[in-house]
Amino acid sequence: MSVKVIIPAPLRQYAGKSDSVLVDGQTVDEVLQNLTERYGDLRKHLYSDEGKLRSFVNIYRNDEDIRYLDKGSTAVKETDVLSIVPSIAGGGPVGPGAPAMAGGLSLLMKAYCERKMR
Amino acid sequence: MAFELQRKELERIEKEGVASYPEECCGMLLGKEQDGRKVLSDILPLNNAREDSPRNRFLILPEDFVRGEREARARGLDILGFYHSHPDHPARPSDYDREHAWPWYTYLILAVEKGQPRDMTGWLLSDERASFLPEEMTISDEGTKFEARSGT
Repeated sequence: MSVKVIIPAPLRQYAGKSDSVLVDGQTVDEVLQNLTERYGDLRKHLYSDEGKLRSFVNIYRNDEDIRYLDKGSTAVKETDVLSIVPSIAGGGPVGPGAPAMAGGLSLLMKAYCERKMR
Repeated sequence: MAFELQRKELERIEKEGVASYPEECCGMLLGKEQDGRKVLSDILPLNNAREDSPRNRFLILPEDFVRGEREARARGLDILGFYHSHPDHPARPSDYDREHAWPWYTYLILAVEKGQPRDMTGWLLSDERASFLPEEMTISDEGTKFEARSGT
């Protein structure tokens, strides 16, 4: 079974310049695995060296962030659309009076999601 | 790829940076890619979600990204990149900027020193994610010749 995956503009150059592709899979993890097998250059932009989805990469099933569903195990069906949605982050160097949160963006996004789910 | 903007848009970003000082401002760069150049039409200021550390971090949440993307699409524009300020730090990308960057997007960085706007530079993430490359910027006054600036 194939589902449609929307590719954001910055990643299209690594996905045959397509804005969407059809990819096989029963869960989000399976779809992303098959997507990055087909387009190997996508992998380093979606996953860290440790093989985890980067903290600033968000996956939506239709209009819902999969963090609020079943994460990578979220089931998909043929009529679903998966979107890769960027979080945009950055900032200046760490300095006096400007503490960086320990754990960085991953922890912050986790805290944000937990707050939103309450 | 060169990035083109009018001076009035540069001044809007400077006003954003001054207004948010000593915290970082952030927003989207909306426009079109034309003949291998990115041409800025408008900026879209967005909320900096880093409540824990807004003086040296910014975060645009995915729902704000989606909202901005919809607005861009409704106006026939694309997201060309993002701007943010570095309060009391040079307009150069930090390692944190690079680690969280996306390819293709232009990252404009405005230095704001003691509440006053200073340099603004443009950067692109390299293909292998190892570095930021300076992007050529051209700034125009309406009807006058272009002035070149780059992030070197």
